[in-house]
Amino acid sequence: MASFRPKPDTSETISDCYHCGEDCGNYPILFDERSFCCSGCRTVYEILGKSNASEYYRLEQHPGKKVTTGEFGTRYAYLDNTEISHDLLEFSENGISKVKLFIPAIHCSACIWLLENLHRFHIGVRLSSVNFIKKEVTITFRDQELSLRQLVELLASINYIPHLALNDLQKDQKRKVSRGIYYRLGVAGFCFGNIMLFSFPSYLSVDDSIEHLLRQNFGLMNILLGIPVAFYAGSGYFVSAFKGLRKGFISIDVPIAFGILVLFSRSVYEILSGTGPGFMDSLGGLVFFLLIGKWYQGKTYQALSFERDYRSYFPVAVTVISDQGEESIISLKKLRTGMRILVRNQELIPADAILVRGTGSIDYSFVTGESTAVFKNEGERIYAGGRQAGASIELIVEKEVAQSRLTELWNQDPAGQDKKTRWNLMVDVLGRYFTIVLLLLATVAGISWWFINPSKAVMVVSAILIVACPCALALTLPFSFGGAMRVFGRYGFYLKRTGVVELLSRVDTVVFDKTGTITRNDDLHIDLTSLDMAAGDLHLIRSLVRQSTHPISVAIYCSLAPCEADPVSNFCEIPAKGIEGTIGNDFIRLGSEEFAANRKSQSQKGNCVYITINGISRGFIRISNRYRDGMEEVLKSLSRRYELHLLSGDNDAELPNLIRFFPSKDHLRFNQSPHDKLQYIRYLKQQGKKVLMIGDGLNDAGALRESDCGISIADNIYLFSLSCDAILESSRFRSLGLLLRFSRDTLRIVKLSITLSFIYNLLGLGFAITGNLTPVISAILMPLSSVSVVGFITLAIFFAGLRFSANRQAGE
Amino acid sequence: MSVILVLVAFSIIVALVFLILFFWSVRSGQYDDPYSSSVRILFDDEKPKEENPENSGKSHALPEQPSNQ
Repeated sequence: MASFRPKPDTSETISDCYHCGEDCGNYPILFDERSFCCSGCRTVYEILGKSNASEYYRLEQHPGKKVTTGEFGTRYAYLDNTEISHDLLEFSENGISKVKLFIPAIHCSACIWLLENLHRFHIGVRLSSVNFIKKEVTITFRDQELSLRQLVELLASINYIPHLALNDLQKDQKRKVSRGIYYRLGVAGFCFGNIMLFSFPSYLSVDDSIEHLLRQNFGLMNILLGIPVAFYAGSGYFVSAFKGLRKGFISIDVPIAFGILVLFSRSVYEILSGTGPGFMDSLGGLVFFLLIGKWYQGKTYQALSFERDYRSYFPVAVTVISDQGEESIISLKKLRTGMRILVRNQELIPADAILVRGTGSIDYSFVTGESTAVFKNEGERIYAGGRQAGASIELIVEKEVAQSRLTELWNQDPAGQDKKTRWNLMVDVLGRYFTIVLLLLATVAGISWWFINPSKAVMVVSAILIVACPCALALTLPFSFGGAMRVFGRYGFYLKRTGVVELLSRVDTVVFDKTGTITRNDDLHIDLTSLDMAAGDLHLIRSLVRQSTHPISVAIYCSLAPCEADPVSNFCEIPAKGIEGTIGNDFIRLGSEEFAANRKSQSQKGNCVYITINGISRGFIRISNRYRDGMEEVLKSLSRRYELHLLSGDNDAELPNLIRFFPSKDHLRFNQSPHDKLQYIRYLKQQGKKVLMIGDGLNDAGALRESDCGISIADNIYLFSLSCDAILESSRFRSLGLLLRFSRDTLRIVKLSITLSFIYNLLGLGFAITGNLTPVISAILMPLSSVSVVGFITLAIFFAGLRFSANRQAGE
Repeated sequence: MSVILVLVAFSIIVALVFLILFFWSVRSGQYDDPYSSSVRILFDDEKPKEENPENSGKSHALPEQPSNQ
């Protein structure tokens, strides 16, 4: 968190890494009179210097990201496979290839500069251009001089590591940018402006022959300009109203489409018959404002993906070992059951498989959120989605990628697809009642006028349809929800669509996943209270674990008080079991109960590390996940308003700590499989609850999709988010209660502004029913209502946002 | 006064030119990523091939130090 805060002083301190800005600790690596936090950052600096790209460091202070990967060796060897590279390249002809790569590390202007100056690094790069919004770089290169693999390795060496996943192989799935809204806006704006100019003479009631000539010609021009407004710029409303009607529901687009049609035909009639100047200016304004609303609403976070399935996580290729023992790389699409695959350190297991050689130390952190590795022996089954940490292992594939236990969750399509329509969203309800009332009113007014003055009846009915066109109403939702979405985005909470604000504000039940959601997966809690040792003996443990790089060893090492490290002899690390070694005269063993205490493991809950010294048991160290900062406050504040539930794939060791936040024991479910989680959400929904699910791992994916609103919580939002409605940066977890409250505030603002726009509508209806709606009144009323409603919303959201940030600061 | 009709026709043509230019800018992708173009324009142009004076020796003057790996 600290790295996000602005630096207190402008002069860079010697201990900040020149490349990434992180604290270099006590022993910075000095190079070129600058300090670096790690040799990775130094290497990147060196490469940049050699390629004459030091400009990078002048554009931003500490523009780099901390280098976490080491050598890549054969990691990208699969890119030499022509079949795979063919799928990845956009095109390749006459020695020129073009590829588009997603690089999550792109974050500042220096990144843009560097990536667009790739030709300094290699002569083979012809052109590279960055799309910052999507965090993509498009590179054209000569493949004679630079292969795709070399290109990716070049990017990785300067720590802009492209994210290559299985779904990159499917080209048709790549989203196409839709620019239609810009064209429509342009046309509507152009016509609206010109129509206003041409309508000007009719606003002034001077009457002589020249004026008359102008009016006639200007009227014809208005008709010409009105055609593209109504039938090109406004065509979206006709289409959506028609689609809605065919499915049997009346959306807000129906009265809008009515309004556009009536405005246009009545204006044409008036102009051609010479009975009046027409309402083309109102028509232009209406469509233009509506499109602005649509555009505002349509802005989304393009670099974030809300539609992830397993294909975005799984690698592109896999190493296969043939019967003759030869290794070859094939595309993951070609992986079949029975194949023997090789999974190296830090590689992902792509399909359910049986371990046949080596010891698995599988990190399932992005399946379950649990970062402690699970050990597997030969003959055991390993589910897809785990990451091997340690020496290479060989496996025999049991199921194809698409049939793995995890991926099945995506393939069995729940009713979740149409969940948005099962809810009666406010805009639909409004549209329905609004249209019915409007049609009734028009009929009644039409019939009444028929008896009073038949010649005016048609005029009055059309005036009602024109003035009631819910322009301000239709702008309310895009602007308020769009504004709220932008406020959320500033605080690390990203929504898929603006409509999610309404979903959020109306939920009444919140379901949490435990591991990785309310606990942190980067920090372990070490409990020494069950240890039967004198404090002076702890240095033995510390010296021993110092020798091991296993995450648990590292966590224990960090939690113990610093002391002089004793030399360890005969150190030995037995995978999946523990470590042992001799310090002085003491032989120490640390590890699983079976290994260290030499007895079958009892049902001790939680993760424990047992210690024996010279064969005498000295108790155990309990390892648990640490809760996220602010977890207590979040749960406490949420429990006041929402019904809380917890679903955990773990055992119930943490039950005593958590029970106080939940209304009853039944609300905490442990040992839940991904399918159980999904079923539980379905069960809650059947009880009529509106469920918000918050989860992080792939095992929550089904539940997230089934819930009314699913929030995925992630440390790295660009890589490891699930298919969901919203993504929350894990560092912002403590604001969750405030975020939900802000969504309710937004809904209140929406209700107020709907009331406001109804008042305008009533005012306009008053003019229309009495037969007094002239083009000038219409031309004033429509923009006035729209602008004032939008202005009200913008101010209200702004103040609500101020209150939100004040509350947030008070909470921290 | 009827000259105004000529002027109107002319102004419409000018406005149409701008509309077409707008279409062209949308089509060429200028609205896809407003951020990078806004910073790209501030980058300095390509410098002469030699090391620029203010950074002289920054990367090569010092002898290579042993890496800490």
